[in-house]
Amino acid sequence: MTLGPVTSSTDVATPAGEETPTIADGKKIEGRSLGRIAWMRLKRDKLAMAGGGFIIFLILVAILAPLINKVLGHPVNEYHQDKIDPNLGGIPPVGTWGGISKDFLLGVQPVTGRDLFSQIIYGAQTSLLIALLATLLAVVIGIVVGVTAGYYGGWVDSLFSRFMDLILAFPLILFAIALISVLPPTKGFRIAVMVLIIGGFSWPYIGRIVRGQALSLREREFVEAARSVGAGSFRIIFRELLPNLAAPILVYSTLIIPSNILFEAALSFLGVGVPPPTPSWGRLLSDAVDYYEYDPMYMLIPGLAIFVTVLAFNLFGDGLRDALDPKSNR
Amino acid sequence: MPTSTPQTERAATRPATENLLEVSGLEKHFPITRGAFIRRTVGAVRAVDGLDFTVRTGETLGVVGESGCGKSTTGRLVTRLLEPTGGKITFEGRDITHMSVRQMRELRRDVQMIFQDPYSSLNPRHTVGTIVGAPLRIQNIPTPKGQKRAVQDLLELVGLNPEHYNRYPHEFSGGQRQRIGIARALALRPKLIVCDEPVSALDVSIQAQVVNLLDDLQRELNLTYMFIAHDLSVVKHISDRVAVMYLGKMVELAPRDALYATPMHPYTLALLSAVPVPDPSRRDKAQRERVLLTGDVPSPIDPPSGCRFRTRCWKAQDKCAQEVPPFVELAPGHRVACHFPVTDAERTPQGRMAAQHAAAEVPPDTAAEPAL
Repeated sequence: MTLGPVTSSTDVATPAGEETPTIADGKKIEGRSLGRIAWMRLKRDKLAMAGGGFIIFLILVAILAPLINKVLGHPVNEYHQDKIDPNLGGIPPVGTWGGISKDFLLGVQPVTGRDLFSQIIYGAQTSLLIALLATLLAVVIGIVVGVTAGYYGGWVDSLFSRFMDLILAFPLILFAIALISVLPPTKGFRIAVMVLIIGGFSWPYIGRIVRGQALSLREREFVEAARSVGAGSFRIIFRELLPNLAAPILVYSTLIIPSNILFEAALSFLGVGVPPPTPSWGRLLSDAVDYYEYDPMYMLIPGLAIFVTVLAFNLFGDGLRDALDPKSNR
Repeated sequence: MPTSTPQTERAATRPATENLLEVSGLEKHFPITRGAFIRRTVGAVRAVDGLDFTVRTGETLGVVGESGCGKSTTGRLVTRLLEPTGGKITFEGRDITHMSVRQMRELRRDVQMIFQDPYSSLNPRHTVGTIVGAPLRIQNIPTPKGQKRAVQDLLELVGLNPEHYNRYPHEFSGGQRQRIGIARALALRPKLIVCDEPVSALDVSIQAQVVNLLDDLQRELNLTYMFIAHDLSVVKHISDRVAVMYLGKMVELAPRDALYATPMHPYTLALLSAVPVPDPSRRDKAQRERVLLTGDVPSPIDPPSGCRFRTRCWKAQDKCAQEVPPFVELAPGHRVACHFPVTDAERTPQGRMAAQHAAAEVPPDTAAEPAL
């Protein structure tokens, strides 16, 4: 199965889009897979490529956070009281723009004087870890339930579809606040619970798409052809259906990542996210509410981090959808 | 439906001896269900409702009829892609009517299918090599020179460039795609191939090529075809015997020449008179003698009593509503299900004109749709 950003696909001379291969004289004839054509289409979409570039940059930042912080920042929980202006009740940082200086690239936190740069890059770690794990969980459950419902149809489909409706109608935020606040606030445990909650409630978005696609693919003649040469259900699902489902799955998982990032931020904002002192964008925002009159930069910077990340994922997801399915002109 | 298929009539019918496939009383009813949680059956679409026919080794049985008459369902029942509701299918003396998927796996080697839509019958995510090689892998067919070689031989056999092994279906034209479908069907060296309208999705100029390919392959590989189509001229070109279906039933089954020269069922007569004539000088005459049927095909959910064609038949009488006409042999090898078969007089131009007027006066069936 070749799909999406195939790494070794830069050696194609003919322009993308036109699906009219000419018979190469003497040249080795090689097929162009749909994934490869999509990749060539994606490469021409500047916005999507910018989004994708930012996503890669962000993931690298999250992974290399300790290293980057050593060079450009200060330890996360190091207090710098000398950076706080003692004249204004000991709240706002010294200097303009929230204390941005060569030493503190994004300024310092009010009151404590902790380095905001290190908070942001470690916050990226938290955000991406939870959002990506939750998305992975959602995709796995979504594929299993969606394919089962779509392929088998009948009462299996009815049962699973009603179950998905039930989950989508669930008052998720209230449930999350209630559940998390009664559970012990250790870091690893909280992360696991958040992944389970976010993933466990966002899978129906994938599930519905997969079900619908499987339902229509099942009626295509190539499935009948596979059956007529003796292929079993297992083989049909994995070899015939899933390769065709890869594109929508990829697109919709890219599009639920940003909503999961937002959801993680929302939970942290509401005080039921990862426990302090682990940095989190959502909690930075919620802290900033108390100081925005004195230090607006403190609110602006984590807000921008969330905004740009969500935008990047959405742009990339939209571009991916256009590239994989050129017929869907929104 | 211009008859651009070369009219090189096939040589004398091959000696068809034994029956490869025997079908008796074959039925397929699709249930109609209602209710969101508790499903109850409120009726059935009687897509195929009692078929009796045989396919002889080495012959081509053409099956014609208009859309929705159950041709494709019949093909899928014979290849056991669908489970029959009733009746019996015997292949090489073995009853395959209700074989399980596991038992069928072995039979798949002998019975294969070519599909109608070359755009939907090839998985767009697989290369040609994967598609054509799939039967070999699934059935664990030993390939002494390697599977790639085996697939390339098959591609060559159907007139494709073996170098295109690594290409994807979207890189081929409709006719080439249908050749890929044929190569896949041939991979297991089957005895019977059910061709489900294999050329109706293709350009007329490509149709002839594909039909001729099928013809050549039959001779080379000693294949037996069940050729489903709605194009009478294509069926005439390739078939040894032709079966005509109407609303889930077979109304006439005869050797090709007998059927086209002396149709005995009124429906067949009407169907044959509807074939467009490409020659302008003959066209006017043909049009004048065309027997046009009034009304629509009745719903297979609630078919007419007795003879199913009676609501549109100009020869219908009371008997036709009361008794189902038996499918009997009226001439050697010529079976018809009609109480009042077409006579020689009706096949003359005058007779046809008379039939045309009579057919035009049949009141369209105004019976309301059955309440579900």
